[in-house]
Amino acid sequence: MSTSPTYMKCDLCDTENATVFFSQVADGKLQKVNLCKKCADEKGVTDPTGFALADMLEGMGEQSKTEISTVDSEELTCPCCGFTQSDFKKTGRFGCSDCYEVFDEGLDGLLEAMHKHNQHVGKTPSAFPELPDILELPESKTSSANTEEIEASPVDKLSALKQALSHSVEDEDYEEAARLRDAISQLESQIGDS
Amino acid sequence: MAMRFSTLLKNPAEWMRTPGPESDIVITSRVRLARNLTNHPFPGWARKEDRITVMEEVRPPLESLTEMKDSFSEEMTKLSAIEKQVLVERHLISREHAAKGIGCGTVMNRKQTISVMINEEDHLRMQAIRPGLQLLAAYRSLDQIDSTLEGELPYAFDHQYGYLTACPTNLGTGMRSSAMLHLPGLVLSEQINQTIQGANKIGLAVRGLYGEGTEALANLFQISNQNTLGTNEKEIIEHLNRVITQLIENEKNARMKILEDRPTMMQDQIGRAYAVLKYAHIITSKEALNFLSMIRLGCDLGFVPDEERETINVLLTEIQPAHLQISAKRKLTAEERDILRADIIRTSLNRLTPPDFGSIITERENEDDE
Repeated sequence: MSTSPTYMKCDLCDTENATVFFSQVADGKLQKVNLCKKCADEKGVTDPTGFALADMLEGMGEQSKTEISTVDSEELTCPCCGFTQSDFKKTGRFGCSDCYEVFDEGLDGLLEAMHKHNQHVGKTPSAFPELPDILELPESKTSSANTEEIEASPVDKLSALKQALSHSVEDEDYEEAARLRDAISQLESQIGDS
Repeated sequence: MAMRFSTLLKNPAEWMRTPGPESDIVITSRVRLARNLTNHPFPGWARKEDRITVMEEVRPPLESLTEMKDSFSEEMTKLSAIEKQVLVERHLISREHAAKGIGCGTVMNRKQTISVMINEEDHLRMQAIRPGLQLLAAYRSLDQIDSTLEGELPYAFDHQYGYLTACPTNLGTGMRSSAMLHLPGLVLSEQINQTIQGANKIGLAVRGLYGEGTEALANLFQISNQNTLGTNEKEIIEHLNRVITQLIENEKNARMKILEDRPTMMQDQIGRAYAVLKYAHIITSKEALNFLSMIRLGCDLGFVPDEERETINVLLTEIQPAHLQISAKRKLTAEERDILRADIIRTSLNRLTPPDFGSIITERENEDDE
């Protein structure tokens, strides 16, 4: 916090204090721009997908890696949409579907309070294999075009299976229940072995 | 072939015309699903261009759904403020969506049983609406559309969180199922607050006629599930169905109790409603809705001919501000609306004879013997 360069002026308007520090690597050279919040918003700097420093500073390279840091540099930011933790606190909504991965920490507790549960058990799109199937075949790493599957821990799988079991019992789907019960005992012995 | 707005207007929604199960107390059943695409910011965080991109991506598959044959499909910017308000009054779009502009749109079928909001809070908000208590049927019709769409659009989904939505309150199934209940008995017997609190305790929300933060007009209440994660679609609907069935029972008991304990009060309420609606020349929306509720109650109790039920259902929508201005073909001041509203009601109810309280009381006594 003490290192925050609080008195730097915005490179664009030269009146407001700069709070957004933007750096970009283009053609192997580092470019830096310091902006105030207002100019940054106007230029769309806070949206990394839609902004290239080159557009603002004319004639730089096309393909470039961008990185944004703000005064509050510890702030967790979604690399896909630029949404921050404080944006979430403000709006109670996320910026894009990737935010759920980025802001994953603490989310379970929040969902537990909100829904009394934190594991989806409803409809699953066919492009995403059904959860029990993945669990039965832990070796087969499933990945669809745009998503990266994260391998669930055996304990998580177990609790998911147990939840699925209790639902299938409630639904009186005893065939499914039997299948799940087998999967659970198999998994339990695996956990016991390791 | 796309349908024009004027055609949409001419046809009252199917749910207003056809009765459904329990339709004396349950006006409509609605189910909505929230869906989003991967790699696009949610509408509330997206820039104009992002929203336009999403709309261009989702509109063609929506319009080509077999369920959407002869659909009405439009961008919000192409609709006037009054037209948007008409869609709100018909429960086809939300009030929030009516305020949206560039990059937002709406697609609905001719019968107005299915409607989709593009870029409301989520990229897609799909709704099915049915008359009476038919939550499961409403869900099934949506589920089918959803399953077709998932093959064409890259849905944002996660095994733990389910369908990823802008607001975590919708995670999981992304489903909100709700029924619109007419509960004059519970209101008159002052049991309604207790009922609402009871529903809240078991994870259900109770709201007024136009959703979140709206007043309970016409004794109409929307009851809906709050939780969407950790429970599947069927369970959510079954739970809601059980509670609604109980509420129907409570409402019927409350009505019977009033008839037994305070029959004169009940007759007075219905009689006054008849008098005002039949002879008023200036009437506010609130007053009209509340009196129409009493006439509807009169139908349920057999004091008013049952044929009037459909008229009342249509009127509940037709006397709303935007519908009035569409029928007048111009913008109206509040006072002009109150006059036109009274005119429309008098005309619609011109065949309505005074409530007949005598016959039903004997009939009811017979029922009690069972």
